[in-house]
Amino acid sequence: MDFFLQLLVNGLSIGLLYGLSAMGFVMIFKSSSVLNFAHGELLAIGAFIFLVLTSWAHLPILISFLITLAGCFILGFLVERIFLRPLIGEHLIFVIMLTVGLAAIFKGLLLFIFGGNLHTYPDFLPEGLALSMGAVYVPPVYVASSCIGIIFLTLFGLFFKFSSQGIFMRSVADNQTASMSLGVHVKKVFALSWAIAGLVAGMSGIILGIINGTNVHEISAIGLKVFPVVILGGLDSIGGAIIGGIIIGLLETFTGGYISPSLKDVVPYIILVFILLIKPYGLFGLVEIERV
Amino acid sequence: MRKLQMHACGNYKEHYSQEIAIFETDFGRLWMCIGLAALFCILPFASGPYFLYVLNITGIAAIAALGLNILIGFTGQISLGHGAFFGVGAYAGAILATRLGFPFWLAVPAAGFVTALVGMIFGIPSGRLKGLYLTIATLAGQFIIEYILVHWESLTQGTMGITLPAASIFGFEIGNDLGFFYVIFICLVAMTYITVNLMRTRFGRAFVAIRDNDRAAEGMGIPIFGYKLLSFAISSFYAGFAGAIWAFYSISITTEPFNLGLSVEYIAMVVIGGLGSIPGAIFGAVFITGLNEILRFVTDAFMNMGISTSFGLNLAALREFAFGLAIVLFILFEPKGLAEIWRIIRSNFRLWPFSY
Repeated sequence: MDFFLQLLVNGLSIGLLYGLSAMGFVMIFKSSSVLNFAHGELLAIGAFIFLVLTSWAHLPILISFLITLAGCFILGFLVERIFLRPLIGEHLIFVIMLTVGLAAIFKGLLLFIFGGNLHTYPDFLPEGLALSMGAVYVPPVYVASSCIGIIFLTLFGLFFKFSSQGIFMRSVADNQTASMSLGVHVKKVFALSWAIAGLVAGMSGIILGIINGTNVHEISAIGLKVFPVVILGGLDSIGGAIIGGIIIGLLETFTGGYISPSLKDVVPYIILVFILLIKPYGLFGLVEIERV
Repeated sequence: MRKLQMHACGNYKEHYSQEIAIFETDFGRLWMCIGLAALFCILPFASGPYFLYVLNITGIAAIAALGLNILIGFTGQISLGHGAFFGVGAYAGAILATRLGFPFWLAVPAAGFVTALVGMIFGIPSGRLKGLYLTIATLAGQFIIEYILVHWESLTQGTMGITLPAASIFGFEIGNDLGFFYVIFICLVAMTYITVNLMRTRFGRAFVAIRDNDRAAEGMGIPIFGYKLLSFAISSFYAGFAGAIWAFYSISITTEPFNLGLSVEYIAMVVIGGLGSIPGAIFGAVFITGLNEILRFVTDAFMNMGISTSFGLNLAALREFAFGLAIVLFILFEPKGLAEIWRIIRSNFRLWPFSY
């Protein structure tokens, strides 16, 4: 029973992380229908900026957190401005290949600067945050990341529901031409959504870094795990990303714990194929109806 | 003898058959004969062993890229699993040769057919999905195939790898690079011939119709699911064929090379070469393989200069950077790829001095 509970808690926390990582991805897809293969690298960039600021420049945690978020915000903006904007309206494969190319560029740069080794942050979370219930122990990082995740989720929920920019973004996602004719500045919306996605990615990257340490290969692998998560949750649903992440995280830990550890990494993709065959738009995704 | 066909000074085509002719002029035919003669009679003897090796892997990559171009460029179905299919072909060839004792000439096409079957299985989602969703499904296929290759140990010997017997055709051993050069390039020429002509048949036209507008194609009475599956099968056949030759060429295979990176490399070949262009697939294969070799050469040179080995190791990371940069630059500045550049150069010569 204890084993089960521990697996449950581990699965929940890993799942929450997947959900957090997927949030930025969904953000981009929601407003510009771009499938971002460079998302893992965006996460990694956030983690490494934070690493540079904390352990190399020895800035206070809060300040480096804020600077990292600002940096990632600007990075997301620049990526959209330089690379994605010329491709508006181009064929799908060019957009996909562009993000794949970007992923290679970022990964190459990060490997060039930091190498493939594992880096860790200085330990700064107080031990008092940890929860322990009986035999089950939840480390402070997970508690902190859950809190941050919930805060961000609420903020984004409110942002999309009530702020005018959020409503613009939703309208662009729904129908570009219609929103353009109603006076929405579509390019500005794209830029903003990439910038926000960069910010969210940076935040998730920092949390990933705190938990596992920062390693280019590992974090970019998580960027690919995002695909089963978002497909399960629905490509354009932020809440779905979190729930999808938790389901995938649970399935992964339970397969790892009860069936075979090596099966763990491939289970999400097997599920992915089945979801695509049975319910392609996921649990909470908007069903696209094609009209001729 | 019929009149030699020269470049027309305008569009004087009267039949559809003229529109789909492969060679517009007799010059094109002549140049192709000269090119083939140079390829088979001069090139292998003029190049050293290393260059011959590069030529061989380029040829193998070109066969696989041709297949992927049928799927992406002509049918419009983006597959991120081509590297895995290449691996399936390599393993199918290896297993058929070692377990069942198939000879080389039989094992390679048989591996192609096995891969075509696997490709059809992973093409089934295309019945319901398209665009982004299909791409993600093929991404899943890539990971699942990779997992099976590593973990089905009774069949693939897992991470140990398989060692293949020497390749021979009807008793002649083709042990060296030169022998493989002829095998690979005769296959490449044959495959190109088949592809060019396949795209002029009803199948090719159906593929293009599905790419351009699948709903309209269905309305015209094309069974799109069947044709999509066929396209997956043909493209996987090419990948499997190339993979099997590669397995025989490199003698022993492990599961390592057939990862997502390889799939991305193949898509890069197709995109950089030019989507929906048959010479483009070959240009792309030449470009990417060449780029890989040049980058490796530069890395090695820096390592040997002894600046410091750690710096050299970091340069290996810059290879990835350069690869990504090449893809991004091509997409941003010449999305139609090398085939378009080639067309522009040719028309510049043809229209000289009035080219623009």
